[in-house]
Amino acid sequence: MNRVLQGQFAADWVAVGAVSDIPIQGARVVKSRHGDIAVFRAADDTIFALRNRCPHKGGPLSEGIVHGHSVTCPLHNWVISLETGAVEGPDEGCARVIGVKVEDGTVLLDLSRLTVS
Amino acid sequence: MTRQKLIVVGNGMAAGRVLEHLFEEAPDAFDVTVFNAEPRVNYNRIMLSPVLSGEKAYEDILIHDDAWYAERGVTLVKGVAIGAVNRETKTVRATDGTVHGYDKLLIATGSNPVIIPLPGKDLPGVVTYRDLDDVEKMIAAANAGGRAVVIGGGLLGLEAAAGLKAQGMDVTVLHLMPTLMERQLDPAAGYLLQRAIEARGIEVVCKANTHAILGETRVEGVRLDDGREIAASLVVMAVGIRPNMGLAKAAGLDVNRGVLVDDAMRTSDPDIYAVGECVEHRGACYGLVAPLYEMAKVAAQGLLGAPGTYTGSVTATKLKVTGIDLFSAGDFADAKGREEIVLRDAARGVYKRLVLEGNRLVGAVLYGDTADGTWFFDMVRSGTDISDLREMLIFGPAFSGATPLDPTAAVAALPDDAPICGCNGVCKGRIVTAITAKGLSSLDEVRTHTKASASCGSCTPLVEKLLTATLGDAYAAAAVQPMCKCTDLGHDEVRRLIVAKSLKSIPAVMQELQWKTSCGCAKCRPALNYYLLCEWPGDYVDDQQSRFINERVHANIQKDGTYSVVPRMWGGLTTPDELRAIADVADKFKIPTVKVTGGQRIDLLGVKKEDLPAVWADLGRAGMISGAAYAKGLRTVKTCVGSEWCRFGTQDSTGLGVKLEKAMWGSWTPAKVKLGVSGCPRNCAEATCKDIGVVCVDTGYEIHFAGAAGMHVKGTEVLTLVASEAECIEIIMALTQLYREQGRYLERIYKWADRVSVATIRSQVVDDVPKRAALLQRFLLSQATAQVDPWAERVKGFEAHEFSPMAEVGKMEAAE
Repeated sequence: MNRVLQGQFAADWVAVGAVSDIPIQGARVVKSRHGDIAVFRAADDTIFALRNRCPHKGGPLSEGIVHGHSVTCPLHNWVISLETGAVEGPDEGCARVIGVKVEDGTVLLDLSRLTVS
Repeated sequence: MTRQKLIVVGNGMAAGRVLEHLFEEAPDAFDVTVFNAEPRVNYNRIMLSPVLSGEKAYEDILIHDDAWYAERGVTLVKGVAIGAVNRETKTVRATDGTVHGYDKLLIATGSNPVIIPLPGKDLPGVVTYRDLDDVEKMIAAANAGGRAVVIGGGLLGLEAAAGLKAQGMDVTVLHLMPTLMERQLDPAAGYLLQRAIEARGIEVVCKANTHAILGETRVEGVRLDDGREIAASLVVMAVGIRPNMGLAKAAGLDVNRGVLVDDAMRTSDPDIYAVGECVEHRGACYGLVAPLYEMAKVAAQGLLGAPGTYTGSVTATKLKVTGIDLFSAGDFADAKGREEIVLRDAARGVYKRLVLEGNRLVGAVLYGDTADGTWFFDMVRSGTDISDLREMLIFGPAFSGATPLDPTAAVAALPDDAPICGCNGVCKGRIVTAITAKGLSSLDEVRTHTKASASCGSCTPLVEKLLTATLGDAYAAAAVQPMCKCTDLGHDEVRRLIVAKSLKSIPAVMQELQWKTSCGCAKCRPALNYYLLCEWPGDYVDDQQSRFINERVHANIQKDGTYSVVPRMWGGLTTPDELRAIADVADKFKIPTVKVTGGQRIDLLGVKKEDLPAVWADLGRAGMISGAAYAKGLRTVKTCVGSEWCRFGTQDSTGLGVKLEKAMWGSWTPAKVKLGVSGCPRNCAEATCKDIGVVCVDTGYEIHFAGAAGMHVKGTEVLTLVASEAECIEIIMALTQLYREQGRYLERIYKWADRVSVATIRSQVVDDVPKRAALLQRFLLSQATAQVDPWAERVKGFEAHEFSPMAEVGKMEAAE
């Protein structure tokens, strides 16, 4: 399942695998040279992608519990919106949202903004 | 003044209520002896169905415990019936041969279940549904599994069927008539009910006339008139009750269908009173609790020499099957001069039927939406002229006339004699008086003082509204803490409903219990996953996505996203081979930190997630399994060296620790469970601050529990002292199971013990031997499927997606 997709980074959209590779209400990690990306699959089958770093202390969001269109960070239970990357509730901060689309069951990420930090 | 001697025959709810009134009015008037044919104290018979379904325990339905009788000087003779009354000598003869004199006699012998005179009716496995003995027989049969046939599709039969289903049996209801509860419901509504019953997986056969009960030495099935045979290991007859008037009749009292009484509840002998289901008053016999309570009050007045007047009751009843709302009140039989108003809403599954006579409402049946039941019942009782309301009557108080009151105002507007609590016969006036006169401010206080909402609890919202209406803002409802923002239900309520409604998946819980979010949150999902796993061992499929990361990947996440790995070391014992394997793993995977833990094991810190399966494979080859150092489950069993080496050791504490760990590993619990076993009171294993601890002494094993040494520090409570190692292990497993069943998710043992009390726990796992055995059985049943090493599973490829990235991108330089 470990795909090394070489030479596609210049394109806007990069295929990273099938929707079915991701557990429902779960996430997988896509490794890139600019850091890890967490790709989420919500209960309603919507796919989201965020930089895999909680704005709080950098916790791996891919390891959190996915509920609705949110994920709870495994380190300190901050709740992050999968849609906006914003922290929900009383805390503040934002995880970077990565563009994502699904074509014929394949998940594509927009990596063009990944290096801009 | 010498006290008069009062003998009470029977100790059901009516008798109990008479005694309450007597002791309230004139505590010194009588010297009371109560004969109870059942070997028990007084309990709430209308709550048998929740006991059968497992929603309540016997202790929950006690009305008066032994202490209550003792405090009032009442002699309660359990398990002894009265065989004869001699009115000449004013004596009774008990079945144990003793003879007792009386000044006044109260007959409260209740009723007997109707037994259809079928061939095979006396076979073992054929039961009625009347008292706790019946319920115990039914639960025992349910534990053995198989199919139950319930004869009778009335209130009692359907409650029995639902209870047996909840206990895990296959159930068939046989009903003689074409539709269920035909006395209350018309055929269409009977059909709605049948559908709801069938939706719970209960088979319903109408127009079924039982021909014979089959079986040689015990029941094996039933045969219907049409020749059909249904195999069954339990047959429940629930076809009705008959006043038990044998004693009264033999004593020469006037009887008809029941023991005849006048309006003061006196029989034909002025020194003998009768109350409850055994009596016939103005031609009516009652099988419901509210009339019994009204009779009890009048009988008490009569016994005290100030006769009151009982004029008969209008009754209301509810089907006590969780999730099915059915309410009926008054008289709803077809009769000349009666008219009906019927409302049906098939989509919502709602049916309402009002029966009118002249301008009065005489009966009401509500199915699916019973919110207006009290309002209709009140109209039936008061005989209100409804001619002005008639057009909108069926839509309830909100639409009838100009009174779209808010619910609190509606309750405030009820007359003082409006019944609020049907179970205990408490009217509005009595509750309001109690609140103001006694300065009550909480639901519990109202329950203690008035008994309102203390039985089935279905009038709790009404009582709370009365508190609000009476006290205004001073009353803050002591709401149950909801599990999370996804529901208003508390943990206990959710668990109770999981059992009662046989809910077996997280989506089923959320659907049936009307979760407010589409798929829960990070708080409720792990809790539900645990509750389902605990309730349906071997059956429920663990939802990995509802597990916190540590329990999903069976390692502890660290601040940098790496993991720590702790293999089990049974009782803190290890071997050179295991240590070599750990050292090799640390080298091979460049594990940066190796540390000895507080639980006598070795922690490998800083393992990359992708390496976990390979690390586990190497450890597994050396015979090691997951130490569950991450689990809401059994963690470590810390031991000292004990009698094997230590000069002070009294018992083999290490050996006991290993046995406990081998027996209990793999079990999931509400929160983590850490054990300690010390070989002598010097307590080197620090057992007295553990969740469960054992301190060995010369005479045996002192079992401790409910300690804490984390954010809170708390010494343990002593549970008991046992002589043998085997009994020690047994009690610890039973204790753990009780905690598994009662603890709220994330509630440690010491908090649970604090909430339910050490004494209650001790009574269940130490004193009550059958209960302990049952708990142990359930623990072992759960362990049978729980003791699977999660590391080995994942080495073989289970949940492989967890341990590899989905893809790697951008190996080349970015174009920009």
